[in-house]
Amino acid sequence: MNAALVIIFAFLLFSLYLGVQARKGKDMNLEQWTVGGRGFGTIFVFLLMAGEIYTTFTFLGGSGWAYGKGGPTFYIIAYGCLAYVLSYWMLPKVWKYAKEHKLMSQSDFFVSKYNSPLLGVLVSLVGVIALIPYLVLQLKGLGIIVSEASYGTISSTAAIWIGVLAVTVYVTISGIHGSAWTAVVKDIMILVVAIFLGLYLPFHYYGGIQPMFEAIEQAKPGFLALPDKGMSVSWFISTVLLTVLGFYMWPHTFGSIYSAKSANVFRKNAMILPIYQLVLLFVFFVGFAAILQIPHLEGSDADLALLRLSIQTFDPWVVGLIGAAGLLTAMVPGSMILMTASTLLAKNVYKVFSPSATDEQVAKLAKYLVPVIAFISLYFTFRGGNTIVALLLMGYSLVTQLFPSFVLSLMEKNFVTKQGAFAGIIAGVATVAYITLSGSSIGTLFPSLPQAVQDLNVGIIALIVNIVVTVAVSWIPTRSVSFDTEKRAM
Amino acid sequence: MKGIRWLMVFPFLGILGGIPFANKVTPYVLGMPFILFWLVAWVIITSIIMAVVYRFDPDVREEERT
Repeated sequence: MNAALVIIFAFLLFSLYLGVQARKGKDMNLEQWTVGGRGFGTIFVFLLMAGEIYTTFTFLGGSGWAYGKGGPTFYIIAYGCLAYVLSYWMLPKVWKYAKEHKLMSQSDFFVSKYNSPLLGVLVSLVGVIALIPYLVLQLKGLGIIVSEASYGTISSTAAIWIGVLAVTVYVTISGIHGSAWTAVVKDIMILVVAIFLGLYLPFHYYGGIQPMFEAIEQAKPGFLALPDKGMSVSWFISTVLLTVLGFYMWPHTFGSIYSAKSANVFRKNAMILPIYQLVLLFVFFVGFAAILQIPHLEGSDADLALLRLSIQTFDPWVVGLIGAAGLLTAMVPGSMILMTASTLLAKNVYKVFSPSATDEQVAKLAKYLVPVIAFISLYFTFRGGNTIVALLLMGYSLVTQLFPSFVLSLMEKNFVTKQGAFAGIIAGVATVAYITLSGSSIGTLFPSLPQAVQDLNVGIIALIVNIVVTVAVSWIPTRSVSFDTEKRAM
Repeated sequence: MKGIRWLMVFPFLGILGGIPFANKVTPYVLGMPFILFWLVAWVIITSIIMAVVYRFDPDVREEERT
């Protein structure tokens, strides 16, 4: 047993303890379990919201992008910042409505606004289909981090199993309270680790931040800015916009809105979160520092930049702390995803088809579903080949398809009908699936357009299709048809 | 004074509208390539803008009373 391993395990046990003890003194009905009894103050909501930004993707992927792609990486800072601006306006509205109507999940919001439980089923299915690959991504990241940081003494498979068991236990017992408490440890760890690495490595290897960037510019001129083609300026703008719209459409992020105890919680967070996410800068610095130190990480191996450079530089106990931080970045979002997916399936799918189920039965079912979903994700983590990669690419685009009918429902006079919302989401999701599976880009679909248009994020097409269908179907007079379609779909 | 919320347009203009002009590596500012400095500066300005909005937003006060 090396020092790294001891530290990783110590943090794992500590988080498990915190996660389990979070239950104390609470009667775990569904409202406590999934939205924390709507009693979280600024700090917990802050940590939950921040917890979903600092996932393994940002830890490994953020440094990996900086290493492999350079300038385009900066879009991550831009979209987070703008999403928080939007949150100031959007989240208090959602929260108020959710509180008045005692909503528990994202699907509940659609059910209530459009007065259609079937729309809730659709939204839940889209959500779960997007969430499971996202969870798989976290688990794969967890496996990589722990096996690298333990110098290979724990296999990635074993690490994933241990991580999943820990998360399953505390989610089942404590629900969102467990996530919030483990998020405390995670954010402290990530702050310390990211800032330390992001400053130490550039100074150690290059004598400073600017000398590091100058060395990269000399070796790869233009790498630190956006290229003229591909991930160009128009790619940047369109991708940031799409990501901002999709940001709060993830079911677990949307659900954590409900946990706040007042609307001002979000307004306060909207001031702090933009600055707070600058921690990502330091993660990028690590990736940049690795470029000239460990060249030749190709393709998806770029994600190993942070870990490989750290192992090359530090003693095992520092590597252990990095590994522990990495483990927690997978566990917190992982726990939120498990809880959300279970709530969606129990409350918005099962309950719709067996309306006689009591609230207690639904709450119980949600908890039983946690290990089930965990096992499904484990299966995909170990077995899922190309399918899971395709789903992953789709995830963000899929949840973004919920945005049009969501945002229009916030208007005082919403012209969208439930049929419109239904058809729009389906059309958008189908377009996303087609585009992703066929590997299309705007360039391949419309090769004659100017370069700047070709570089636009292809997700825009799905969103336009979605909006057109939503508006068109909403304009068809449906008073008589509506009852029929609802009944037929049942 | 709900008009104060219109300030929230500026981060979008600065980040999305400004990026075509800020997309270059040099000059380095505070050690960072210019494009990165531009974005970081806007993130900080955004936080300041949101603090101003928060300070003057009547909805905030209204909720504090209840």
